[in-house]
Formats: sequence, C-alpha cells, structure tokens
Amino acid sequence: MKRVALVLVSVVFVTALAANLIAPAGYEKQFRDSPNARPSRQFPLGTDELGRDRFSRLLYGSRVSLLLAPAAAAFATLLGATLGLVAGYAGGWLEGLILRFTDLFASMPGLFLLFTLRAILPLNVSPGVSVCVTFSLLALLGWTSGARVVRAAVIQVRNSNYVLQARAMGCRPLRVLFIHIAASLRPVAATQFWLYVPVFLLAEANLSMLGLGVTEPLPSWGNLLSELQNYRAFLEAPWLLAPAVLLLIVLGSLQFLFADREVGQ
Amino acid sequence: MKIIFLFLALFVPCAISQTANQLRLCLRHDPKTFDPVLVDEDAGEAIRYLTAGVLIRVNRKTQGFEPELATSWRISEGGRRIVFQLRENIRFSDGSPFSAEDVVFTFKRLMDPELHSPTGDSFRSGTGIILAKVESQSQVSLRFSAPIAGIERLFDQVAIMSSRSPQKEMAGLGPYLVSDYKPGSYVALNRNPNYWKKDTAGKRLPYIDSVRFDIQANRDIETLRLQRGEYHMISALDAEVFDRLKTDPQLRTMDAGPSYDNEIVWFNQVQRAPIPEYKKTWFRSRTFRRAISGAVNRADIARLIYRGHAEPAAGPFSAANKLWFNPKLNPDSYNPDQSIQQLRQEGFRLEKGKLFDAKGNPVEFSLITNSGNKPRARIASLLQQDLAKIGISLTIVPLDFPSLIERISRTFSYEACLLGQVNVDPDPNGQMNVWPSFATNHQWNPSQKTPETPWEAEIDRLMRAQSTSLTFELRRSSFNRVQEIACEQVPFIYLVTKNSLVSVSSHLQGVTVSALRPQLYWNVELLYFDNLGPKMRAQR
Repeated sequence: MKRVALVLVSVVFVTALAANLIAPAGYEKQFRDSPNARPSRQFPLGTDELGRDRFSRLLYGSRVSLLLAPAAAAFATLLGATLGLVAGYAGGWLEGLILRFTDLFASMPGLFLLFTLRAILPLNVSPGVSVCVTFSLLALLGWTSGARVVRAAVIQVRNSNYVLQARAMGCRPLRVLFIHIAASLRPVAATQFWLYVPVFLLAEANLSMLGLGVTEPLPSWGNLLSELQNYRAFLEAPWLLAPAVLLLIVLGSLQFLFADREVGQ
Repeated sequence: MKIIFLFLALFVPCAISQTANQLRLCLRHDPKTFDPVLVDEDAGEAIRYLTAGVLIRVNRKTQGFEPELATSWRISEGGRRIVFQLRENIRFSDGSPFSAEDVVFTFKRLMDPELHSPTGDSFRSGTGIILAKVESQSQVSLRFSAPIAGIERLFDQVAIMSSRSPQKEMAGLGPYLVSDYKPGSYVALNRNPNYWKKDTAGKRLPYIDSVRFDIQANRDIETLRLQRGEYHMISALDAEVFDRLKTDPQLRTMDAGPSYDNEIVWFNQVQRAPIPEYKKTWFRSRTFRRAISGAVNRADIARLIYRGHAEPAAGPFSAANKLWFNPKLNPDSYNPDQSIQQLRQEGFRLEKGKLFDAKGNPVEFSLITNSGNKPRARIASLLQQDLAKIGISLTIVPLDFPSLIERISRTFSYEACLLGQVNVDPDPNGQMNVWPSFATNHQWNPSQKTPETPWEAEIDRLMRAQSTSLTFELRRSSFNRVQEIACEQVPFIYLVTKNSLVSVSSHLQGVTVSALRPQLYWNVELLYFDNLGPKMRAQR
C-alpha cells in the first residue's frame, strides 16, 4: 500500500512540476468562444466560465499547492521543533516564556490576521508573492502544536543515560541539544511535517474559497475547488470534481505514508 | 409513536405553509429597527414598505406618482410649499383615527435633529427646517426653506405615524402590521384589519392574510426552499441560479430586463493619494481613461459572467429608468487598436507587447475589489486579459470590505477599484451624493473643497440646477448634460448593467416585476394565491 501511495504522490508531483510541458494551454489563457465547455480532446476537463482550460489550470494549480504546502510545513516544523527543543531542554523561566509565547500564537485568530495582512500588503505585489506570503503566514500561525509535541519529547529524553553521559563528557549544551537530543527527535519532527502538509493544503483551499488565498489568474486547488460550492454544478458536470479527487488522492497517500512511518517507529 | 411524532414534526409545518394564505420570503439580515423614521437598510425598508402608509406612492411599474393617504396635493410658492388634501375616515392598525395632526407629528419627528433620521435628510435643503401646519382636519401644509425639485417622490419614503396611538411607531397605515419577531429567525406580519384600500369589487385588501420573512443570509438555502415551495419569491438571482430555476415548472423565473445596478471601475484621481505621481498623471488623463474604457470588452462580460442577463452600460441610469435614462449615450465599443492609437497620441508607446508612458514607466496598476464576490472576481480576470492586449499589466487584489472602504474613502491608498453601483432612487437628486465634486461618494476624487477640473465645476453647476429647477424639462436637460459629460470624461468606466432576475412560485398571482425596489411585492395588497384568489376570498 505504501508503494502505491508513493507512486501516486510521485506522479502527481512530477506532473505538477512539468505542468508547462504537459498543459495544453496557459493557465490564464481565455478561450472566450468556448465557455463552460464539456470535456473534449482540446479541453480534457472542459473549460470554466471564462473559457480557461480546466486541465491546464489543474496542473498549474497542483504546482502551487503541492510546492508551497510542503514548504510551509517544513518551515512550521523547523520553527516548532527549535522552540520545543529549547523549551524542553532549558526548563525554568525560558521554558515558561516559550510556552506563553506558544499559547499566544495558538490563540491568535488566524483568519483575521490573514485579512489584516492582505490589507497591509502593497497592492502591486504579484499573485506569486501574495501566495508565498499567505503560506508563510499559515506556517507562522501553525507551528505551535509541533513545539508542544517536541517539548514533551525532549522532557522525556533530557535525563536519559546517553544525554547524561554526553554532558558528563563535557559536551556543551548546544551540542547536546542539537546533536544528541535533536537526532533522537527526528521521527517526531517528521510526523509533525506530514501532519502539517494536508492541514496547509486544506487551509489554502478554504482561504481561496473566501477570496483570500491565491489570487486570479493563478490557479490553486483551493480556487479550483471553489467551483464546487454549488453542489448542483457537479451533478451536471462531474468533471468539476477532478481537483477534489486529486486532493483526496494526495491527502490519502500522504496519510498512508505517514501512518506507515508512524507504525514503523 | 416516535415515528408518528417525527412525521408530524417534519411534514406538518410544510403542509401548513402550503395551505395557509401566507406569503413567505427571505430577508438577508435582521431589520435594525421597526421605527420607520430611523430605517436605513434593506431589511428595515422591506418591513416599512409593507406596514407603513404614505401620502404619495411611486408606482414601481409606471414610475409615476399615485395618491395614497393624500387624495391630492398642490405645490406653490416656487416649490417651497406643498398642501395635501388627506383621505378621510381612515384608522391606524390599532384603531386610532388618522388626521392632519398625525402628518404634522410625523414631520416634526422626521426633522428632529436628535434622531438623525436618514429619511429626514432627504428633505433638508438649505439650512432651514420644514414647517408643518394643520390647515384643517383633512388638510396639511409643509413649507421648506428652499425649493426641492421632484419633491413628490420623497413622500414615498415617509411613513405616517400616529400622534395618539399608545403603540407609537408599531401602529401603521399599511396593508400589514408586525405581529411577531424572533431575532435571527423571522419577522411575521399580519393583515391590518383597518387597511383602507379596497379592490374594484369593494372587497377589503390585502388578499393575503399574512407575510413571513425568514432571516436567511445563505442564498443557496433560500433557492432550495423556493424550489421546495417553502418560499414564494426571490429576487436579484445570480445568472447561474437563474438558468437552473428556469427549468422548474413550479416556478415562474423571469428576466425582467435592466435593473438599476451597474458594475463600474474607476481610477484614483485624489491629488494627495499615496501613489506615484506618474500614475496620478495617467489616471487624471481623459485620454488614458477613454483608452482603457475602449479596451474593455463589455459584451464578453455580459455574455460570460452574466450569461447574457446583462447589458453593456454607458452611464449611471439604464433604460430601466424611464424618466432619466439618456438614450443618446452609447457604451464605448470594444476596440483595442483604437485604444492603442489614443495612448500613442498621449506619448505612450508599445514595446514587445508592453506599454510604457512617455517617461519610460511600464504601465501597470492594481485593481482592488471586494473578496468573496465571484462575478466580480471573474470580471477582474476578463479586464486583466483585455488590458494585457494593449500591453497593460493589471494586478487583481481582492480585499475584505472594511479594508476596501478604508482605502477608497479615507487613506486613498489604491490605484483602481472595481465595485457595483446600486441606484435605489430613480431621481437624479438621489445622485447628489455622487456627482457634485464636494460629495463624499464622488469616488474618483471625493469631498473637493473647490472643483479641481472645469468639467467637474460644470457638473456641480448642472446638478445644482437640476435640484432646484421645478420643471421636468429643465431638470432633464441639466441631468442629460451631466450624463454626457460623464460619458466624455469617463471618471467611472461603466461596464455592464445587470438584469433583474427573479423567480416566483407559480401559485402566486398578481406579481408584476419592477426594476425599482421592492421588485416583486410592491403591489403586495393585490397579490393572491391561485387557490385562494380574489373570487374565492369573496365566496368566503
């Protein structure tokens, strides 16, 4: 099952990366004489109401969603793991400070922060920069759970024999922390990373439905999924479900990979 | 037993709503107030329309004036005085009699500076106040400090209140009265037993016993319940929903032609706006604005975004406005080549598909619009591609509504804006907050101390002239010229006028769709269900 999941995720990633080679048209190209077209040889997944090829938009949209979500997940994991490591190892007032800081971030209303950020961003930023900023903010708001998990894991190992031995041999605290303890926490961090990826993918999809995520004409799974807000539309045109199916495949495969990894630990 | 109870709970309410003589429809949100003097939003206006009696009513179909509580009126002293002859033997919903004193009481309350009545604002011309005087038990006069052109239409908004009723503002003279209100859930209205109007057969109106407004912000649920027969009417439909409802045999789904709602784009021309000077120079250039207007394919917007249920727009009023529409105006035809020519004359040059101004700055700007509005996002995408054809790079920025309003009305930190223009008043006086240079909704450059351009000075003069001229011809000629100047100078680039798309239960009879609000129930007292029509009511 793991192999199937790996193959599926790989295929989706590779096709997304090669979107400019595979896609029959540019994602922004409007075929205004063929709006809302059904699937055909020219338009494998039909066209949207502006006449844009849905297949091409799906390929380019996968690129945006699949590259930025893991990048944001990596950033959130790194930030959370670093703060969790320091808090768990140092203890005392520094741990208290980091924990309060974590609580503060966890309690922030993310949606309103995104509204505010969009409002204060310069207006002439390109859609690409805008989407990068959106994912960065998702990462900045999403690291807190990882920090708590890593801190708990560090507390468990900080008095273990190998750490005590390292300290007894004169290792400096930073070396103990980032070489000896961090190495043993790699599986925990990896688990966090794989948990973050689908969370950020779905967050972007939700933000796009609110008009806050990826802006026109750049496609993403989120703004492609927004066409499904009208449930009757996909009863009449089931090919509109393509981005949802792709999202399910990727999320399902990631879950399989992640579940397998967790069992393996 | 449980199954029977569940069955009753699920189906009996539906059965009752189907058989009772009750009109059911939706409000988007709760009414802020039931006090007719303080109403300033759609939901409150809907309740006021159904519960209030007015002196003069604007017929939503003919757009002419009709006597209601006043049987006749006379304007004198150069438009400064109006005398109403009142209908006699009329009672409020609580039984208290209607007289000239109630009209005087209403106007005193309307002009009370403590109340800040939005309806009263419409009457405040000049610095003086209205003097309302009882001439006799059935005659009342109102005197204004300055003439008000087209004053009759203002009385359509003035709900006459009882000076004696212990129920105060809840006692009305309209066809219905508020019987129940559950915030966030519904507003129920029952027929006013003392309503004065009768049909041609002498039967007391209205035909329908009660009206129930459900508070429902979700349009999908509203549509679904209309299809299930739980609601009887819905207006301002999306083109997509319209096409879907059109095939439902239980509904009469109609395209009632142009509405009063336009989609517009404008450029920020505010002198102190925090945007680069060279961009201000573009935006303040008439040639630049005209070139942009000519590069927009309005027909495609109407066809692709509104599925043909919209028309290219040329000015503030569409053909729906029978009195003030200027038929001489035509929307700019789509001609990107001509736009490029116009821009070249202004010193712009096209190099490798990109447009540069005379100083070598690439022509690119951002367009803000409100987020979450799908048709508007689509229009922005079409504009983006249309402008790319003349070498202009457009960045679309959807913003939440408060941020957008902050930018267009306070900080002026934006370059171009795409929004809708909703005209609720068919009279040009309703545009006094838009066209004069001192107006706050003069969006491209609001609240100017003195007009910054000669054509804005000319518009100021013409708007003042139309607001004080007492003959329709003079007013029309002034406002026609305003529309022509707007068309020449394009401070607003009018894109399309949306059509009024509505759907009504096929059981509901007597509905005549109007472009003016309320579009579907403006003649509510004459509506009836085909199984409980006037004849059946007469038999009952």
